[in-house]
Amino acid sequence: MDAFVWRALIGGVGVSLVIGPLGCFAVWRRMAYFGDTLSHSALLGIALGVLLNVRPQVGIISVCILLALLLVGLQQQRHLASDTLLGILSHSALSLGLVTLTFIEGLRIDLTSYLFGDLLSITVQDLYWIYGGGGIALMGLLKIWKPLLSMTIHEELAKVEGVAVDWVRLVFMLLIALVIAVAMKIVGMLLITSMLIIPPATARYFAHTPEQMAWLASIIGSIAVTLGVVMSLHFDTPAGPSVVVAAVSLFIMALFWTGLRAGKR
Amino acid sequence: MPLIQVHEVSVKFEQHLALQNVSLNLNRREIVTLIGPNGAGKSTLVRVILGLIKPYSGMVVRQNGIRIGYMPQKLHIDAVLPLTVARFLALSGMQEPEVLRNTLAEVGVKTELLKRPLQQISGGEMQRVLLARALLRAPDLLVLDEPIQGVDVNGQYELYELIAQIRTQRGCGILMVSHDLHLVMAATDSIICLNQQICCMGHPAAVSQHPAYLALFGARAARDLAFYSHHHAADQELPVKNFENIIPIVPAENLPRVPR
Repeated sequence: MDAFVWRALIGGVGVSLVIGPLGCFAVWRRMAYFGDTLSHSALLGIALGVLLNVRPQVGIISVCILLALLLVGLQQQRHLASDTLLGILSHSALSLGLVTLTFIEGLRIDLTSYLFGDLLSITVQDLYWIYGGGGIALMGLLKIWKPLLSMTIHEELAKVEGVAVDWVRLVFMLLIALVIAVAMKIVGMLLITSMLIIPPATARYFAHTPEQMAWLASIIGSIAVTLGVVMSLHFDTPAGPSVVVAAVSLFIMALFWTGLRAGKR
Repeated sequence: MPLIQVHEVSVKFEQHLALQNVSLNLNRREIVTLIGPNGAGKSTLVRVILGLIKPYSGMVVRQNGIRIGYMPQKLHIDAVLPLTVARFLALSGMQEPEVLRNTLAEVGVKTELLKRPLQQISGGEMQRVLLARALLRAPDLLVLDEPIQGVDVNGQYELYELIAQIRTQRGCGILMVSHDLHLVMAATDSIICLNQQICCMGHPAAVSQHPAYLALFGARAARDLAFYSHHHAADQELPVKNFENIIPIVPAENLPRVPR
């Protein structure tokens, strides 16, 4: 196999391992739209990276964090619901990113690769980012796992029992921002949420504890990436969408499998 | 020294005054029950005591180093979160299997329930599991927000018995919020009747004849209450306090003005 295929597989699996457990919390806390909003701001981050002459990942993380903080601030007002705020932030960030990019002179970027990912062009340096950033995100999540789970079940009960809920929530948002920056290369900004949501949703059919669901989501995500890469090479389909198609296929199989099992009873 | 002293607490939501000059003490070995109509501020007062809401004015003094066990009013867990009873209880931080076994026995939950998903247990079982979670912290003060919600009538009676028993055995203070005026009367040492401000407080039998109580709940509720507390008094020879023991209602115009 060519080296680029190995890099694609190693990078894709690395991202899946991290995004699975984090995605479980996104599912449990109903934050799918939040993931969407952060990833839509990625283009703005890339533009910022070009303007400030830093790596795109740094730009993306900065913009994601800024957006997460902005959202927390905006949620303090009582007139607009969270999903309205997210809708405003999400699409204005996306449009602002596109507009800003056209203003940067002499810049030619492949927009499609940012929108839908460019799994097959992962470089060794990308791998460092994925495993470095992913490792930090995973360790961070492990650290806040129990308090975050507790406040996901009942926030006030957790608070009475001594969980610093505001801090834990903030750390969790930052972790999602980090993972989105890292995962951009795999499926692209328009499809990141699918990797955050679909593997955990599939894992739910087989899990009996939160922890089981988390590592199952990691494994299912890794399988989806592998199948997607194979499919992309075989049929010459775009890699990012192929990964998502593979993930959805696994989800549908899980759906049928549990339906079949329930039917037998 | 009381476990918790609430001192002239007022709480404001936007322009609306949810609590007005509320003062009370919570002591060890004492069951205090908050009653009041919907929107009276019962849950708000509980949240202030738990430290979840900062009062607009006044203060809450908590005895140093006390632990509070909290049983929330409702626990809705989405089906997407796979969670067994055992895992839920472990989140209290108490991992000792011996303590867990004893606590389960105390609240009357069979150990077989531990493996069941939390979403699949009955309302009565859920209340006992929530109570166990609060007790696992070995609390000095137990705060129960509508503990008999979703429990059938027999279960309600048993649950109040259990709460009284916990008080006797553990010696902790207990603060309850209740909607029902009947069963709770036999289970509590004192009643606080709340409607933004404290209308009256004291022994159930005495509160039940207080004009403020009658104004709030009507004569029929008062009759029921008198019956229950009478039954209670005859049973255990508890002294029925006189009106002197009750904080009188303060006419609204005499209340200290809270700036809006």
